[in-house]
Amino acid sequence: MSQELIQENSENLDDHSIGLVEKECVTLFEPPKVLNLAGGGRLGPITVAYETYGELSPERDNVIYVCHALTGDAHAAGWHHGAEKPGWWDGFIGPGKGLDTDKYHVVCANILGGCQGTTGPGSINPATGQHYGRGFPFITVGDMVEVQAALMSYLGIEKLLAVIGGSLGGMQVLDWAARYPERIGSAIVLAAGARLSAQGIAFNCVGNRAISADPHFRDGDYYGKEVPRYGLALARMLAHITYLSEASIEMKFGRRLQNGSAFAYDLLKETEFQIESYLHYQGSRFVERFDANSYLYITRAMDYFDLAETYGSVTQALGKTSARFLIVSYDTDWLFPTSQSLELTNALIAAKKHVSSIELHSPFGHDSFLIELEQLAKIVSPFLDQTLKSVQH
Amino acid sequence: MAARYRLPDPRNVMTDQVILEQIPQGCRVIDLGCGDGRLMVRIRDERRADVLGIEVDEDQFVKSLAKGLPVIRADLDHGLNIVPSGSFDFSILSQTLQEVRHPKDVLCEMLRIAHQAIVVVPNFGHWKVRRQVILQGRAPVTDSLPYEWHNTPNLHFMSMHDMRELAEELNFRIVTELPIIGGKAVKRAWGANLRAESALYILQGNLDAKEIGRTHSIRPSQPR
Repeated sequence: MSQELIQENSENLDDHSIGLVEKECVTLFEPPKVLNLAGGGRLGPITVAYETYGELSPERDNVIYVCHALTGDAHAAGWHHGAEKPGWWDGFIGPGKGLDTDKYHVVCANILGGCQGTTGPGSINPATGQHYGRGFPFITVGDMVEVQAALMSYLGIEKLLAVIGGSLGGMQVLDWAARYPERIGSAIVLAAGARLSAQGIAFNCVGNRAISADPHFRDGDYYGKEVPRYGLALARMLAHITYLSEASIEMKFGRRLQNGSAFAYDLLKETEFQIESYLHYQGSRFVERFDANSYLYITRAMDYFDLAETYGSVTQALGKTSARFLIVSYDTDWLFPTSQSLELTNALIAAKKHVSSIELHSPFGHDSFLIELEQLAKIVSPFLDQTLKSVQH
Repeated sequence: MAARYRLPDPRNVMTDQVILEQIPQGCRVIDLGCGDGRLMVRIRDERRADVLGIEVDEDQFVKSLAKGLPVIRADLDHGLNIVPSGSFDFSILSQTLQEVRHPKDVLCEMLRIAHQAIVVVPNFGHWKVRRQVILQGRAPVTDSLPYEWHNTPNLHFMSMHDMRELAEELNFRIVTELPIIGGKAVKRAWGANLRAESALYILQGNLDAKEIGRTHSIRPSQPR
């Protein structure tokens, strides 16, 4: 990167930022070597968008793979040229941070089915020249991990020091441990569980109905036309509530009114309260950056995720790896409550695995792993140091 | 005012040595209230044991983690549901039984999750405690910890005599009873309940009744 570019963004850069970064793309699974999907479909070629931060060690033993959550992307840290915001985990990835780029080589890729550079329903199907739309095959969390593993092989990385992720990212971490037990040195699972709870499926159900009931949805064939923005925004608003907690909403908004201090007594006024304004804003911002079909495919993959169902039992799923586990939950997370983490820990003890687990205090609910980054770094950083030490022995 | 009798410090390194001596090579050990993981490191390295720590304090949890130990944050007073039954050879509880709300429940949990329980407790039967209570009319406090009787973590006061009674009531066999005098384990000490500042017990659950008789059970003389 040029000096000029760095200066351009210099007001955004602190000493602990990795600075300007660029997204890279690679095409894998070129026919006839296509990916056989868990649902029976076949897919290829698959383009994967990814970013890397920090130097790869000559021994190639310092790689940390970051699995992003439902609506994340490959841009986990640093700044894109001209961007207003850094990557989604910039406070956690960088020099001296939780994932210290002075020590580790960090890789993050957009998941299969996504809409931020990796092949998904919004991509062009090379066989037809049209968008895949609903013609995109059914995908699972395991399929996402298969693509990530292929990316690692392409990058010449056989073994990962750690795989880390929160929420849907945590599910991918668990699937990595089950699917590629030999390829990971440690697994860090944040605010996740061995399966999506019935409550989680219920929330997805309502969100997905909101999208499919939008007249602009047209069975997913809306590319080049008006998109189902109301449905997608509504799905996001509902989901967003599940990422917060009663305490965090109370803290941030309370019952404060958006304009003035008195009720308007007007039913047509959509945003009387600040929390309403916030949700509407979240919904409309989301529509600008996310594809409704991707949302449907990925939430369905989450619904289907169940380690016990796929691998016999949680203990069987996680029993094959010699990786160290770190399981983190948050006391105000009601989407993936601590009971889900305890189930994982229990299974890992039964499987005689090296497991550490902690419930952290935070008012920020499910989103805590994206917000309370110093608290998380305090746990993750010594864990990674020790893991590196153990593999270098 | 005369110097007060001070109870043994839970962080006492000499107690670690006594516990370590009870643990055979290559077994699975869970340390309840593992603190900074100091004892676990020794058990792992000197006994080539598989270890797991339980610790409630976040800073102590991080210290254990930073030693490369597996550790789980949990409160002993809330039970150990997280640990499957029979997953360890030994469960260890060092100088902590007097601090938990329900010592009976904790002992039962220890023998649910492990084959044998190693428990080190302060002995309130020590002659200095007795003298202090009688002559000064004052309760014992713990050495080198900034606590008074009203804010001490010590919720219960027990003697060796009391421990035996509790083991009997719970139908646990005392495999080993070791009075700790001057920081050292003293087998078959005379007047143990008067002289020991702490005592180490290895307890075994009644589920292992068929094994009784296989291990030599120490029958100490009745305490005074």
